[in-house]
Amino acid sequence: MTIAATVPQSPQHIPGTYIFDGRMAMKGYNLNRMCYSFNSADNRRKFKAFPEAYCHAYHLSREQIYAVTDLDVLRMLQLGGNIYYLAKLTGIYGMSVQDLGAQQTGLSLDEFRAMLASHAKE
Amino acid sequence: MAQIIGALTSSHIPSIGNAITNGNQNEPYWKAFFDGYEPVVQWLEEQKPDVAVVIYNDHGLNFFLNNLPTFAVGAAPEYISKDEGWGLPVFPPYKGYPELSWHVIESLIEQEFDIAMCQEMAMDHAFINPLRLFWPGQNPPPIKTVPVAINTVQFPLPKPARCYALGKAIGNAVAAWPTDEKVVVIGTGGMSHQLDGERAGFINKRFDSACMDALLNDPEVLAQYSALDLVREAGAQGAEIIMWLAARGALHGKVRQLHSSYHIPISNTAAGMLALVNE
Repeated sequence: MTIAATVPQSPQHIPGTYIFDGRMAMKGYNLNRMCYSFNSADNRRKFKAFPEAYCHAYHLSREQIYAVTDLDVLRMLQLGGNIYYLAKLTGIYGMSVQDLGAQQTGLSLDEFRAMLASHAKE
Repeated sequence: MAQIIGALTSSHIPSIGNAITNGNQNEPYWKAFFDGYEPVVQWLEEQKPDVAVVIYNDHGLNFFLNNLPTFAVGAAPEYISKDEGWGLPVFPPYKGYPELSWHVIESLIEQEFDIAMCQEMAMDHAFINPLRLFWPGQNPPPIKTVPVAINTVQFPLPKPARCYALGKAIGNAVAAWPTDEKVVVIGTGGMSHQLDGERAGFINKRFDSACMDALLNDPEVLAQYSALDLVREAGAQGAEIIMWLAARGALHGKVRQLHSSYHIPISNTAAGMLALVNE
């Protein structure tokens, strides 16, 4: 296959994919700002001690606080979270990107890993 | 005049850094992946380039959404490594080359690329891991660096055609640098992968293979894709192939492939490496 044969028309919507555009960036600004603070080990420690209080300090909405304390990645994405920042939050709990993938796809970790490996045979 | 001897493109997956730090290169999961870099490591040892222009994307370490440039060029004497938030080690600083950085900045503005200019910049795994792969056992590597950051966090991302043109303009700038230094241009990220959404785990081997071919033979056609097309075909983070396109743009002459490797999966990603040299 050459690349020329595959140049597609831009889609309006890509299933299962959240495009982090200006609308989402406005919605998620405080959530992402909080996650950005987790580049500091001291802030990670403060968050882990009192997650809800830490969320309040960054003015998260009630819905965002529930999504954060549940570590519900899809919900956080829907509420404007950006995955690069959310990974800093989930990292506090030792979740790898494969754990995140399993959670979002509803697969077990082993099933998700097997799905990744199966692409090699395509 | 300075000479661009090649464009090297590589995935920058965080777990690669941990595998190097933990010495896992010969474990079954990693061996084929690391072996794929050997010919290029050898080539770099022979060629001994003086400078690497590293085109990468920041993942929320140096830039936040309050102040996010589409294109940014570093002009610092050194670039620090910093805590990224999830346990990657922090390393000694990487050597900069502010004189060349300012030359590139001036040349880019002259060529109508109105880039941001940074006299301090912290580097994340997207800059660090490819250097650790290409110069194993030497961190920092024995080379001066000019970092060029491209935004892949916040849409709208720059158009792939614009990234390719940026690479061309970087090539022009380096070609006009009045020394006899050897320069490699490194583009990092990719290949197909998606971390977020119900489509997490998406990988597209067929598209990656077409990209490798297009980068060698037909980069202008790959540059016709929109950023959203790349998201659909290569996954949300597979759009990082725009850094490969920029690195390819810096090669002006006749190009041949020195080496390529491809491996599924490393972490959630189809890991790829392509080394193109000017004939």
